[in-house]
Order: sequence, then C-alpha cells, then structure tokens
Amino acid sequence: MTENTRKIGNTLLRVDDITLSFGGVHALNGVSFEIKEHEILAIIGPNGAGKSSMLNVINGFYHPQKGTIAFEGRERKRMRPHVAAEQGIARTFQNIALFKGMSTLDNIMTGRMLKMKRSFLWQALYWGPALKEEIENREFCEKVIDFLEIQAIRKTPVGKLPYGLQKRVELGRALAAEPRLLLLDEPMAGMNVEEKEDMCRFILDVNDEFGTTIALIEHDMGVVMDISDRVVVLDYGRKIADGSPDAVRANGEVIDAYLGVSHE
Amino acid sequence: MLYDVLIAPFLDMADSPVFFAEVVIVGLLTGVMYSLVALGFVLIFKASGVFNFAQGVMVLFAALTLVGLMEHGVPTWLALILTVVIMVVLAYGIEWFMLRRLVNQEGIILFMATIGLSFVLQGLGETMWGSNVKALDIGIPDASFEVSGILLNEFDLFAAASGAVLVAVLAVFFHYTRIGRALRAVADDHQAALSVGIPLKTIWVIVWAVAGMVGLVAGIMWGAKSGVQFSLSLIALKALPVLILGGFTSVPGAIVGGLIIGVGEKVAEIYWGPLFGGAIENWFAYVLALVFLLFRPQGLFGERIIERV
Amino acid sequence: MFYREAGQFKTSYAADQTVFPIVQDRWGVAAMVAIAFVGVPLVASEYMLQAVLIPFLIFALAAIGLNLLTGYCGQVSLGTGGFMMVGGYMTYKLTTTFPDVNILIVFVFAGLCAALVGFVFGLPSLRIKGFYLAVATLAAQFFLGWTFNKVGWFYNYNPSGTITAPPRELFGITITGPTASAEVRYLVVLCIVAVFAMMAKNLVRGRVGRSWMAIRDMDIAAEIIGIQPIRTKLMAFTISSFYCGVAGAMMVFLWLGSAETEAFDINQSFLVLFMVIIGGLGSILGSFLGAAFVIITPIILTNAPPMFGIDLPIDLQKHIEIMLFGSLIVFFLIVEPHGLARLWQIAKEKLRLWPFPY
Repeated sequence: MTENTRKIGNTLLRVDDITLSFGGVHALNGVSFEIKEHEILAIIGPNGAGKSSMLNVINGFYHPQKGTIAFEGRERKRMRPHVAAEQGIARTFQNIALFKGMSTLDNIMTGRMLKMKRSFLWQALYWGPALKEEIENREFCEKVIDFLEIQAIRKTPVGKLPYGLQKRVELGRALAAEPRLLLLDEPMAGMNVEEKEDMCRFILDVNDEFGTTIALIEHDMGVVMDISDRVVVLDYGRKIADGSPDAVRANGEVIDAYLGVSHE
Repeated sequence: MLYDVLIAPFLDMADSPVFFAEVVIVGLLTGVMYSLVALGFVLIFKASGVFNFAQGVMVLFAALTLVGLMEHGVPTWLALILTVVIMVVLAYGIEWFMLRRLVNQEGIILFMATIGLSFVLQGLGETMWGSNVKALDIGIPDASFEVSGILLNEFDLFAAASGAVLVAVLAVFFHYTRIGRALRAVADDHQAALSVGIPLKTIWVIVWAVAGMVGLVAGIMWGAKSGVQFSLSLIALKALPVLILGGFTSVPGAIVGGLIIGVGEKVAEIYWGPLFGGAIENWFAYVLALVFLLFRPQGLFGERIIERV
Repeated sequence: MFYREAGQFKTSYAADQTVFPIVQDRWGVAAMVAIAFVGVPLVASEYMLQAVLIPFLIFALAAIGLNLLTGYCGQVSLGTGGFMMVGGYMTYKLTTTFPDVNILIVFVFAGLCAALVGFVFGLPSLRIKGFYLAVATLAAQFFLGWTFNKVGWFYNYNPSGTITAPPRELFGITITGPTASAEVRYLVVLCIVAVFAMMAKNLVRGRVGRSWMAIRDMDIAAEIIGIQPIRTKLMAFTISSFYCGVAGAMMVFLWLGSAETEAFDINQSFLVLFMVIIGGLGSILGSFLGAAFVIITPIILTNAPPMFGIDLPIDLQKHIEIMLFGSLIVFFLIVEPHGLARLWQIAKEKLRLWPFPY
C-alpha cells in the first residue's frame, strides 16, 4: 500500500463536552476529543470509566444530556443509530452481537444492508435488478471473507462457531458496510495470543488498505501501545489524558488511575 | 354522534347514581376475578421469568378436577385436598417435563411452550372429567341484600373477601418466610440465586404449585358463579390485558389492573356499548391495554427497562 | 447412494444462490410439481381434495404468512385468524360490489386490505416486544371478530350474518360458488399458493429476509448496522397479513363456500401458530410440512382406530388431538425449534453420505 492512505488527515469526528447520566450516575462528564481521518485511536481506562458509553453515544444509541457530536463537520442532535450507520459509522460489540440464527455469509451480507436499494417487490421476484444487486453485493462480501480468511465457515450458522471466529465474523459484518469510521469495542477480549495477533493484523490491514479510521477500546496495553496512533484515557467519566502512546504512558494521572489512587 | 359518545353517557350516570354504583360494583367484583387469575401470572413471571399463557387453563383444570371429584361422591373437604395435591403433582410434572429442559431459552420460546402446555392441560382435564358444563356448589351463601338502595350479593362479597385474604397470605408468605425470600432472590437474578445455594428447581415447583392453588381459588369463584366450562379459560385470557396495565412483576399492579379492567369494561358496556351495537366487553380490555402500552409500556407499577449493548 | 452432490460444481454466485442447489433436488421438485398439477386432479377423489388437499394448501399459505412474521422477524402474533377474516370478508364485499372484476384481482385487493389492518395492529410493535406484543395482537383478534359480526355493511346486511361465495368465473370456468368442481378449485388454490410461496422464499433469502432475521436475532445490533426496526417490523406485519388475508379469502371462496366470523376465531390463530412451530420456525418448507401435519392428524385419528376395532368417541378424539398438538409444541420447542423442516434437512444430509457415512 502507498504511504498516502496512512497519512493522518483532518478531523473526521469531534465530540465536544459530552455529558451522559443514568438517573444520578454520571457515565460521562464533559468529555471532548477528536478522531482524525485514517488514524487508529485507542480509548482506554479502568472498568466503568465510560468507554462503551462513549461508543454508544457516538453511534446514537445513547443520547447525551449535554454536548455535541460533529461527524465530518456536521453537527447532529438526537438521532437513531441507523442514521449513524448511514453516515458511515460501523462497530463491533464487547459481547458479540451477531445474528445467531444466520450463517456467516448472511451475517456479512446483512452488513451491506444499506448498499442494497431494490424494493421488496423486486426482491419477491428475485430476478433482474434485484438478482444483479444480490450478486454484486455477494461479490463484495466474498472479498471481505477472503480478507478475513474465513472462507471455510461461509455457510456455517454463527452460533456454532468458536469465540475467536465469531469476533472475526463480527468484524467482517462491520467491514461489509465499507465504513468511514469503525468502532471496535474490545476486539481482543478473551482471546489467546495467536488470535490477538491475527486480530491486530486485520485491524492494521483494514486501516492500511482501505484507509478506514478506527477507534477502539482495549484493555491489553501492549496491543494499544503497538497499534494506535493516539490514545484517549477516560476515568470516572472524565478524560484525563489524550496524546501519543508514549506521552500517555508517561502521564502521572493515568498511572494513578490504573494503580487506583483514591479520588477526593 | 359526538354528543352521544362524549356527553350523553355521563348524563346517564349522573341521572341515576344508584344504578351507576351498582354497575361499578359489578365491575369491581368481576375485576377481583381477573385479579385472581392475573396474580397467578405474576407469581410465575416473577420467579421464573416465564410468561405462563396456561394460567387461564390452570384455573379451568383446577376447577374441573374439583368438580369432577365431587361428582364422583368425594366429600367437599377431601376433594379440595385432593385437588391441591393434584396441582402440586402437576407443578412437579411441568418442571420435570418442560421447564428444566427449556432453561436459558428466550422468553418468547417459553411463552410459546406454555401455549402448548395450555392445550395439553385442557385436553387432559376434559378427557378425565368430560367437557360438559358443570355446576360447582361448595356451599357459599348466595343471597342478595340492599345497602342504601344498592343491591349486593353475598356470594360476590365472599369472593372479594377471599381474594383479599389470599393476597394478604401471599404477601406474608413472600416477605416473612424463608421460601418467600428465596423466591424474591430468584426473581431478581437466577444466576446469583443459584450461586448462593438456592435450589432453583425446587423454587420453580413451589411457585407453580402456588400459582396452581391461586388458580384453584379463582376457579372455585368463577365456577360457582357461572359453571365450570371451557369458556372459563377464555375469560381468563382477560388477565393478559390486566397484566399489561399493572406491570408483569407487580402484585399490587395485578390487583389494581384487574379492578380497572373490570370496572372499565362494565361501565363501557353499559353506557357506550349500545352505541356500537353491544358486546364491546369482548375487546374493550384488550384495546384499552393496547392504548396503554403505547404510552407506558412498563405498566403502572412495572420497572423501567434500560437497554444495554 | 444416488443422492450425491459430488461432481456438481458451482461456477458463479448466482448458481450458488439458487433455491435448490443440488441437481437431484431440482428433479425431485419438478416431479412434485408435475404430480401436484397433473397427477392429483386426475386421481384424487372429491373427498381427498375437499377434506385434505385444499385446506392443506390454504393453511400452508396462512402458515407461510405467520412464519414470515414470527419465524423470520421474531414477532409472535395471535391475531392470524383476525387477518384471515379481513381477507375473507373483504373479498365478499368487493366481489359483490364489483361483480365484473376478475376474482383473482379481488383476492389481491382483499389481501391488501388485510395488509393495511396488519400494518395498523403492527404499530404497537414499535414500542413493545415479545409477549407484550402477543397480547396486543389478541386485541386485533377480538376487535376484528366483533367488527365483522356487528357491522352489517361487511356482509351486506344479510340477516344470518353469513357470507356466501357467489359464483365467479376465470377464463370461462366457474371457480367459486356451489357449482365449482373440487378439481378446478384445487388447481386455482395450487397456482395461487405456488406463486406466493415462491415469492416468500425469494423475500426471505434476500435483503428483506436478512433484515427480518437480524431484528429477530438481535434488534439492537441490527439497528446499529442501519436497519430501521420500525420499518422492518411494520413491513413484516404488512406482508404477513397480506398472506393471511389471501389465505382467508381462499378459505371462504375456494374451500368452505360460506363462513361466519366463528370460522376465523382465536382457535384458528392457534392452529396456524401450531403449524408454524411444528413445521419449523423460519422455514417456508416447514410451513407446508406443519400445515400437512395439523390437517392430516385429525383425519388419521378419526379413521385409524376403527381399523383396529377401537371405537373412540368423537369428543375423546378431539381431546387426544389437542393434547397431541400441545405436547408436540412443547416437544419441538425443547428438542428442535426448527421443527419438521430441520428433521427433513438432517435426513437429507444423512442420505447424502449414505451408505458410506465416513
């Protein structure tokens, strides 16, 4: 791949002063940061720091009480998750959220939902434009399948797959949407070393080959320091650090948060 | 037309307050019956997360068994005991054949399984005791009397009183006994309850048995009033909108919901029914529940659900 | 030994995505179609057509309708009878008002009326899920039953409240009413069911079907992928009700000849639900298998015991029947939620390897 696609560009998404609370509990408290085009951003922090809530806010599942989100410079108010998907934001989940009753292929095809436009009447005929559309999208999905090296399980129901493969299929489903921004919620949780290495390779390749911007949550510090361009650290719903992996590693407040210094 | 729907019925009510009071009381008493059936639903839903569609048929089954035994010359007290025993055995059977094999299935699968169960029970009950209408008489007084111009019936009062006693007993059982505490723990979190050593299977048997007995009480009341027959289980379906109104996990909700539905449909039938050609009782409760769902899906007393990813 | 796919290679994605990718299957289906269209009308008796085959096909279509909603989209409905009722009554109203319009077009319009009603009663699915929704669909069942009973306009104010199919012709042949022969009615039903079943199969293997299944399996993830739950669920309700409506129309016009609201009561809703569960949730083939099972079982229960010299009273037969259905529901939900269709698939996979399973 040329160096060109890896060049970090302008701001793709900016969250500004986000505050989110459930009842009296503040999950997020005035958090602001940016995600730049083509970069890999890691969001880290101790358990309960509000990392997953942040992703949920970005793709519209939770609605913050305060603050703004701007994707490609356009600010958005309360919106449903599918609007985020239409804008080009795809994600994977901490606890795998695949469609258990469907095959690997169907799961990945579901990711291309928004690329398929034919009405249900054409589909009922399964002929002409509808068939053409189905085949074209199948071709794209086969590329994703090749990329992730899951050809052999194409027609297996995903419920029967081992955990590591399920995570891979979930990544495939997100990739099938050809996202501008890919959110990964603990893509390596519960994996062994080899599976983690595979997953790292896929993430770097996606970033490299397709130029996809990636924001990921991860607990494995080795992985985070290796693959990310920038790191945002959350603790108790607040942002406590934001910078290059090396800078964050040296940050005193981050060390305190991880070692559990008491908060006044 | 608008006048007929919006104003005239209220004028009618104001015209004859005694008649209106009688309508409300009849509604309240029907509501007590609905509440009794709904109570069984709530018990099972709280403790096992199963939405037991078969509760209505359990009411029928209990009443059929009781009447069947009495028809065969068994004295009333013995028939009652035997019926209770049969309901306990039934609870064991349901746990053994169905529940333990459906652990960890989605709620909707369990729901459909209880639809299957309701057909098995109906077939079983009618095979054993026949499907003709039976009169149930266990010696509840049935005389009418007047209080300040309003006609009341001893039987209805008896039914209301026994409903109240039942609720009180259940409340004590849930709050002050060891089993009651275990039940509440199970309702909160199955896994956590298991991990502190509460025997889940035993708890389920107990809950289904208790629901069976609540069903028996409801069955006796309904049966003594209008005969024991298949339509009993259809009337019991009315407990479903009651649950939607009251919330699936709330005992007070079941009571209040039952009373609201009971009064609501009687008043609607008497005052608005004639405008639409009558018999709106058949669907009024469901449509009321439907409208209610749109505004408060968790019910009057239910807890709000926060979804997570 | 003869059922092998060895040597059959697919060279395009189109070939891989056909309904019957295996050559032997295609031959089998072709043979079935030939028998259904040519063999059966020549051989089958009036009783066989009227008591078994016509109701089987009609209920299969209703089961497909419910399966689209419950099996594929995961929304349980207990209002199937109500939606069928809309189809039946609206066909009657439309064809008596416009006697010159082709009856098949009337069927489609009656189906569309049912679809509209399904859309309206599907609206609560935006807020509620699971058994809450099932209760909401009961409202449809009871409210529609009452409406068609009380509002005389729907049955042209005739005093008995019964709707009776008037004779209507297709290509010069009478297909409805008392003078239509069973063979003709069978063929019309067969054509309609074949077309709609094929369309349903196409829907479920394409984008629409995948969006339904996504909502069924994990609605939150589906929404985050870009599937709008509101549109998807309402579409399932609408299309499902259309199928039920057409089935209801055929029930009155091509099978029973006349009907009252009782013909579409809540037991009918349960019966169709049973077909779907026994046949297999999320399977078009299963809808046919389930319908066949539910239609044929009572006939066997009526006819088999006398052959062995046992005389079962009629009400006992009825009780055995509902107990059998009830326990089968529980059995299938426990053992094989994909029902008879899955058993068939397993048998086929075994056969593919037979007689050398290793």
